[in-house]
Amino acid sequence: MRPILIRGGRVIDPASNFDGTADVLLLDGKVTAVGVNLAREGAEVLDAAGCVVAPGFVDLHVHLREPGREDVETIATGARAAAAGGFTSVCAMPNTDPVTDNQAAVGFIVSQARRAGTARVYPIGAVSLGQRGEQLAEFGELVGAGAVAVSDDGRPVATAHLMRTALEYAMSFGIPVIDHCEDVSLSAGGAMHEGLVSTRLGLKGIPRSAEDVIVARDIQLAELTGGHAHLAHCSTAGAVAMIRAAKARGVRVTAEVTPHHLALTDAACAAYDTHAKMNPPLRESRDVVALREGLADGTIDCIATDHAPHHYDAKEQEFDNAPFGVVGLETALGVVMTELVDGKVLDLSALVRCLATRPAEIAHLTAGTLAPGAPADVVVFDPAAQWTVEPAGFFSKSRNTPFAGRRLRSRVRWTIVGGAVVHRLGDRPDGK
Amino acid sequence: MNRGQLGKDLLGLEHLSADDLRLILDTAEPFKEISERAIKKVPVLRGKTIVNLFFEPSTRTRISFEFAEKRLSADTVNVTTVGSSVVKGETLVDTARNLEAMRIDMVVMRHGASGAAKFLADRIESTVINAGDGKHEHPTQGLLDLLTIRDHRPIAGTRVCIVGDVLHSRVARSNIWGLLKLGAEVAVCGPQTLLPLGIGELGVRVFRRIEEAIEWADVLNVLRLQLERMQGGYVPSTREYYRVFGVTLERLERSPRELLILHPGPMNRGVEIDSRVADGPHSVILNQVTNGVAVRMAVLYLLAGGKPELAESAKGAPER
Repeated sequence: MRPILIRGGRVIDPASNFDGTADVLLLDGKVTAVGVNLAREGAEVLDAAGCVVAPGFVDLHVHLREPGREDVETIATGARAAAAGGFTSVCAMPNTDPVTDNQAAVGFIVSQARRAGTARVYPIGAVSLGQRGEQLAEFGELVGAGAVAVSDDGRPVATAHLMRTALEYAMSFGIPVIDHCEDVSLSAGGAMHEGLVSTRLGLKGIPRSAEDVIVARDIQLAELTGGHAHLAHCSTAGAVAMIRAAKARGVRVTAEVTPHHLALTDAACAAYDTHAKMNPPLRESRDVVALREGLADGTIDCIATDHAPHHYDAKEQEFDNAPFGVVGLETALGVVMTELVDGKVLDLSALVRCLATRPAEIAHLTAGTLAPGAPADVVVFDPAAQWTVEPAGFFSKSRNTPFAGRRLRSRVRWTIVGGAVVHRLGDRPDGK
Repeated sequence: MNRGQLGKDLLGLEHLSADDLRLILDTAEPFKEISERAIKKVPVLRGKTIVNLFFEPSTRTRISFEFAEKRLSADTVNVTTVGSSVVKGETLVDTARNLEAMRIDMVVMRHGASGAAKFLADRIESTVINAGDGKHEHPTQGLLDLLTIRDHRPIAGTRVCIVGDVLHSRVARSNIWGLLKLGAEVAVCGPQTLLPLGIGELGVRVFRRIEEAIEWADVLNVLRLQLERMQGGYVPSTREYYRVFGVTLERLERSPRELLILHPGPMNRGVEIDSRVADGPHSVILNQVTNGVAVRMAVLYLLAGGKPELAESAKGAPER
């Protein structure tokens, strides 16, 4: 494999506390050196002047739809979309058809990802068989086959008892239990956040408390068991406050937030735009403010996309009938840079921590750092580049984004996985 | 089609101005008289084709629209979901495109999903009239309620309380917007389980006891309590609902004023309203139905590009 020398960029690696102009040398799939005036015979030189060079981003929460809905996304197209967005590792949720609740299903994802050869794909196993909320899946075999966490995402871990046993049992394997916090008795039939906008539109609302009730439950159970609960896609001010208090008393709870919950409010639903329909729903300004504060002070550990591809026809429906979810891999960096870094919520180092360092730590991945010896998973992005979101140009098979037409700042120049360039600015999904 | 002041569609009252509302109500006045004639027909919409597309059961609204259309000489087709391509799994987009391909002028649609009327209007060139979309709006019902109140008293300054299942009611939303724009004071009253979160932020007062609402109001608009709400756990029983929230003669008799009583129908006698009230001297429930035809004629006329100032002459001379 040809060595790569990334020259003259601003290298930001929170894991090794490094932030400065430097060269990065990648050799045999590993980071071999970070320093000034590095040179290497025969290396491909990437001129990173004006760019940020960071550990490749890690997304703890994507839906790649394969197996089952290959018409809207496959592991290959999802991993390629990830690469285009600067992600070198993504964790695939198990709510596929069939559900990833056994070692063979985990092995299938691992082998499909290897064939695709772009971003790394780590499977997340189901907490319960068939995600039915009854019997625990075989965590040991799931982990043995390559799973890095368990979750019944798409729905919550069904009962407090199941969550308790999952947290306890997962401790033997050192994996987090990721929960989608939603009390379905409070959210049933809901299509958007319950508030003034839902009242005007006549749409059934999902109250904040649908999330907060389960966040409270999971925190209590993590405290009881000492297990690691990771709370997916937090959307409410209440969740942030509870997580902050739990962390202060030493509970093993971590949390993620999506770019769309950081950038948008329920006002985006006002014209019945189904691309603003997701679960948990877009909330109100005070929630956005709380989520941003939580991210800035470390209460919320990381940013995850909840990339959820859907077919055009599925979103081209009455709001009530359209499915929840938006794609996010290819817009995450731009949205977060534009909304949070330009908005002075995060500095660049904190951004890299939220997109790479922390998520890698949470799932115990060998990733998220540029320390010598680490895998050569690197993103190089131009923080000043402006672009307009054009869904037709996505590498994802699906186009369901709420950010279509948005002017964003920051663009991925190169994405490198295991020392190989898997995405270059200008690459097109049709290969032309 | 030349677009008048109201634009292409009528999707709700939220986005209409007070002037728009007054225009429709004023235009309805001359049309009231047509329905009183022996030959109830004028040639105003001759040659126009209108599809009444009803995805939910409806008697009153559908028939009212159909009469309004026929009395204006439009050609109409009724499509209900039973026996149509919709039950064969056709999407609303495809239904819309097929209608468009038949070169129709207007679609009157009732649909169970909030926002369905806007969805259709955004995708076809034809005029769309919302005949009720989910829990969102039912603008012509709101308009006929306004017209009925206006027949009895000036709307500005009148205190109107909407009673009952506001949460699931498109009628309530259209009433709130219309009444507020025309200067009425508006309140809602019902068990909190049936009042939407944040309703007060729309500029309405909230009463949780019917006695307080009656003491305050000049007009009660009593909403139907859909019987399936019991299963949803919103109220424990119709018996208790009537006892606690029913608009009864005894309660009205304690009011300092003579109240005007509206109900959009169909009524559940003995659930939300006492028969003695529904059939009593202050009930204008049947006037609402009569006004419904006139207001829908006005809406059809204006959206078809009819000149408001010509509405009087458009109806022709009454025959002797």
